[in-house]
Amino acid sequence: MALTQSTQRLKEILRNYYQDLSAASQDPGQKVAWCSSAGPVEVLAAMGFHIYFPENHGALLGARRLATPLIGRANARGYSPDICSYLTSDIGAYLQGQTPLKAAYGLPGLPKPDVLVYNTSQCREVQDWFSFYGREFQVPVMGIFSPWKLTRMEPGAVADVAGQLRALAENLSGITGKKLDPDRLKETVRLCAQASLLWKSFLETARRRPSPISFFDATIHMAPIVVMRGTQAAVEYYSGLLKETQVMAETGTAAVEGERLRLYWEGMPNWGKLRFFSDLFGGLKACAVASTYCLSWAFEGLDPERPFECLAEANLKVFINRGEDCKEEYLCKAVEDYGADAIVFHEAKTCPYNTNSRFGLPQRLQEKHGIPSVTIYGDLCDLRCFSQEQTQTLVEALAEQIAAGR
Amino acid sequence: MTKTYCAGVDVGSSYTKAVLIGPDAEVVSSCVLRTGSDFQKVSRRALRKVLDAAAGVAARRVVSTGVGRSSCAATQDQMTEITCLARGSFHFCPRPHTAVDIGGQDNKVVAVDGRGRQTAFKMNRKCAAGTGAFLEEIARRLDIPVRRMDLLARSAQGRVEIGSFCTVFTCTEIIHHIREGKRAPEILGGCYESVVKRILEMDPLQGELVLAGGVVSNHPAVAQIFREKLGREPIVPPHPQLVGALGAALLAMENHGKNDR
Repeated sequence: MALTQSTQRLKEILRNYYQDLSAASQDPGQKVAWCSSAGPVEVLAAMGFHIYFPENHGALLGARRLATPLIGRANARGYSPDICSYLTSDIGAYLQGQTPLKAAYGLPGLPKPDVLVYNTSQCREVQDWFSFYGREFQVPVMGIFSPWKLTRMEPGAVADVAGQLRALAENLSGITGKKLDPDRLKETVRLCAQASLLWKSFLETARRRPSPISFFDATIHMAPIVVMRGTQAAVEYYSGLLKETQVMAETGTAAVEGERLRLYWEGMPNWGKLRFFSDLFGGLKACAVASTYCLSWAFEGLDPERPFECLAEANLKVFINRGEDCKEEYLCKAVEDYGADAIVFHEAKTCPYNTNSRFGLPQRLQEKHGIPSVTIYGDLCDLRCFSQEQTQTLVEALAEQIAAGR
Repeated sequence: MTKTYCAGVDVGSSYTKAVLIGPDAEVVSSCVLRTGSDFQKVSRRALRKVLDAAAGVAARRVVSTGVGRSSCAATQDQMTEITCLARGSFHFCPRPHTAVDIGGQDNKVVAVDGRGRQTAFKMNRKCAAGTGAFLEEIARRLDIPVRRMDLLARSAQGRVEIGSFCTVFTCTEIIHHIREGKRAPEILGGCYESVVKRILEMDPLQGELVLAGGVVSNHPAVAQIFREKLGREPIVPPHPQLVGALGAALLAMENHGKNDR
């Protein structure tokens, strides 16, 4: 897809982000926190931390097809091939002294952390992942433990997480030597809300027929909403991206020329095979118009006047953290909103938390709501878990099924 | 008036099958060849063979299917083996049903509607446990020719329990059974049963069941075990291995008809 201006701008802001991070890690007056992608980014940003995301690093290793050999390094240290391959590839890269950030952004190495902070709302294994680095770097590891599989927003759960966030801010002040500035937190939440809304609007341009963007475009442009949430730079970036996409939509530009089929991607991306999927779908005139993965970064209900509570709600509401009934309802609505013909469920071998085909959901969606789907097998980073031939047959069979039903 | 013939070529992982049908969807000729490593060559040979067997008639339309469908020469269309299985199976059971194909390296379960189209489908995961490749490995381990496996299994007094998902682990289990003094027929029976269990773990197999694929063709004991497990009679077409190729030929005929209109 075109989006040339935004793609160029993306390179610039990511370069700035990583270089600032690297400079901060070499400046004794600055503090670096490693954080899970689920947050609590906003609290860390408001306290002046420079934030690095190991999950983003894992995705980068996957996308550059560096992950698979590195996973073995972590396996040899007792980190099983059955656990998160972001974790194993990232730890493998650390053990090997390797990072794509060197070549991509000129970093001398990973920015050394002063603290590691995680939230379990999107993944339970981040705790063990971050604990590894806590031992390696001899720095504190702090966690937010989110109640899991919620079917509705229980006030007790929100209060619990909000309380943990407040306590975290208190503990972090021991590292920064400064208390959290409430006004700065409000401002960070306001910027985060703004970027989230712009990101969501960008994704929603895919509701048009033909869709100007695809899931694959979204995976490229999602980096700032993950690593730069709560910054003015992210807001400006998404504002520009949205404008550029709207122009494309208005002129009828299609992500997939001659779009005949609209698919919804459910589950993690298979980072090392995005090109394969993009070509496969393109050959079938199929556009992956939306995905839970990308939509999950469109946090809603962020209210600067009640920062801790709204951050707790936003994290608890995230799709991965919800019960099966909520997931069913969410997917029905998403399929309708985006006019998808079918869902492609990606069953990622090493990511049970973001694999949603293992508790009968595809069957319920078919039986109760008439939504067809196919489940493909693979992984986010470990290419050994993926069969290209089998996947191609499954996706093509789905396309044939939809075409025959018309 | 010239009769219209159409063909289906199913380039599978182990065998390539071709079927030539006449204007009333009757099978005129068919063949099964080892696939080998040259998909183009084997598909050309298979097609030539069925045309020669029909006194050199020409196929008006050819649909290819199977893992080598995109490498198949002389085809107008490619369809997945799932769609072709659904269509071929519907030929033998022209009403909603479930079709199961146990092939050389993959298993397929397809829900077929009242018009011969799939409404849902599943394939085995990346692992080939419970497929033809699994049985070939067991035959090698027991030093028994594949063609004798079925006969031997039918003479069994019982079946050993095979609990592993993995082909390699199954071979380890077999060593244990041999050490325990179990005989080859009981072990083979257990292996057949494990093939059926893998399918039953994939899907509830609702409604009537049509069995297809090379494993069902070459190991009739498998259909017998399905009967036992499900408590109902599965439909076994006359040549289960040819169902996908027949489906491809039928789709070729239907597409040809559409294009004529």
